[in-house]
Amino acid sequence: MNWSRRNFLKLTGLSLLGLGAKPGWEVLAGNENSKFIKGPETLKGKRWAMVVDVAKCPVGCRECIDACHRVHNVPDFKNRKDEIKWIWKEPFKDVFPEQEHHYLEDTLKEKPVMVLCNHCDNPPCVRVCPTKATFKRQEDGIVMMDYHRCIGCRFCVAGCPYGARSMNFRDPRPFIKEINPEFPTRTKGVVEKCNFCVERLAQGLLPACVEACKDKALIFGDLENPQAQIREIVQSRFTLRRKPELGTHPQVYYIL
Amino acid sequence: MIEKALVGSKKYWGWLFFLFIVLMVGAANYLRQLDYGLGITGMSRDVTWALYIAQFTFLVGVAASAVMLVLPYYLHNYKAFGRITILGEFLAVASVIMCLTFIIVDLGQPARAFNVILYPTPSSILFWDMIVLNGYLLLNIIIGWTVLDAERKSIAPPKWVKPLIYLSIPWAISIHTVTAFIYAGLPGRSFWLTAIMAPRFLASAFASGPALLILLCFILRKFTRFDAGKESIQTLAKIVTYAMIVSIFFVLMELFTAFYSQIPEHMKHFTYLFTGMEGHSGLVPWMWASTILAFMAVILLINPKMRENEWILGVACGATFFSLWIEKGLGLVITGFIPSPLEKITEYTPTGPEVAITIGVWAMGLLILTVLYKVAIAVKEETE
Repeated sequence: MNWSRRNFLKLTGLSLLGLGAKPGWEVLAGNENSKFIKGPETLKGKRWAMVVDVAKCPVGCRECIDACHRVHNVPDFKNRKDEIKWIWKEPFKDVFPEQEHHYLEDTLKEKPVMVLCNHCDNPPCVRVCPTKATFKRQEDGIVMMDYHRCIGCRFCVAGCPYGARSMNFRDPRPFIKEINPEFPTRTKGVVEKCNFCVERLAQGLLPACVEACKDKALIFGDLENPQAQIREIVQSRFTLRRKPELGTHPQVYYIL
Repeated sequence: MIEKALVGSKKYWGWLFFLFIVLMVGAANYLRQLDYGLGITGMSRDVTWALYIAQFTFLVGVAASAVMLVLPYYLHNYKAFGRITILGEFLAVASVIMCLTFIIVDLGQPARAFNVILYPTPSSILFWDMIVLNGYLLLNIIIGWTVLDAERKSIAPPKWVKPLIYLSIPWAISIHTVTAFIYAGLPGRSFWLTAIMAPRFLASAFASGPALLILLCFILRKFTRFDAGKESIQTLAKIVTYAMIVSIFFVLMELFTAFYSQIPEHMKHFTYLFTGMEGHSGLVPWMWASTILAFMAVILLINPKMRENEWILGVACGATFFSLWIEKGLGLVITGFIPSPLEKITEYTPTGPEVAITIGVWAMGLLILTVLYKVAIAVKEETE
């Protein structure tokens, strides 16, 4: 290589810029590691799950959605085509199409129901991923993603029977209102979805959506813990799960 | 042998130059896609595989169809195919290269493609598809080149190539079976969740591939001194006829199961595909065109008198090819996503850059095919 003075200066300038950016980089990478590593405060569970109490969920409220999308740096493209979402609302008739019938009131048919990744016990997305970028954490059942390994083949999107996964069709960063430095942003060309706030559990916090819901319509906990509130609900009340006939064993339960 | 591709007429070079330009237009658009992301295509959150993956799926079939020449020639010593088996093998080579390219252009992070090898995941069908496609590519390059080289030297092909030829027969079946498994094993996509997906793929492949080969033989006869021979063309025509009938039969089986059982989950995608749904009918004209072309092809092919007429045969082969291109290259993949798992109908229309990239990959495949056929024909002209 021919090292002209100009090239040398260019490279030095770039390196200095890099040094200047170091603190920012540390916030993103360094903290990410230390915060996600389990400590004494970490919430421990054997089978994390969620109950959605549909009746308690007020129409028009989107506190949980906003909280989730804010802490996870979920971009807002303002169009349906490129849309990325981790938790959102769908009409009852589309979430549980097999439960709909002719005489059901329109208000019930259209009743918004929260949907998110079901953190299936037998997740098809994990089965189809060709790189193990999507994997199920053995200790607590959370279906997680490695955004740095994902090749963007979208086999998992086709594999998910719930439409829980979003592809970054564009660079998401310019479309994030306010970047939360505590959580990594994604790059274009990778898939993402709800992670049951694995990074918050590590810090001893409940998922952001659960914390944000003032109406207590979202209940999170460890199903394997006999004392847990979620266990009590799931074993004593009639619950619905989305498409249980597919054998995915979804871990988001709905009470009506 | 490759030097034979370097001497050619003005027409040959003009054709190559034309393909190269089309390829470059595609490449320029691909650079735009790399910069912007896959959002430059018509794909959306709901329809996440489309034109690229559909071309891949269709072309795996074209590649697999080489077995329709290899099997009769090598297993049954059907001499008439001796002259054209190399054309089938080289068509397979060009098609598989196109398949692999279509997968790469469809990746969100193509620079990470090697993660599939770095973190091998046998539970993923894509992992197996990578193995069978690359294996099939290698087999056909080695077999085709070695046998052609032996022909050039007027000697018998080396003995070690025989086991590879035998291996290539089940291997051809495997590439389309594994490709069908990509779709047929997904729990939430009822359109693809069918046990006859792989047989359907194979039937349509054995129609579209040989149909293309017949057309290629006609083109070669027009522009070179190479004549595939009436017998081999007519045998290929019979293969196309039977395969097309079986292919239609399989689609009718799907329709019966869906609509006689009346299970909404199984009917809805076919309803969208053939009649449209809630005012969305983007694929309807395409699908009916495919259906009409398919029946037209069968009517033209089924009567021996008619298919012996090469004009009619050419039209029938064109109809077969385009009918199945629509069925696989558009309908099968896109419809799997419509309606979505949340019952939404999001239609898909490819964008300009997406079409340019797709045509670019086809141009690349045709370029490779032209060069390979040039070598093969030059050797044949030399030895005859």
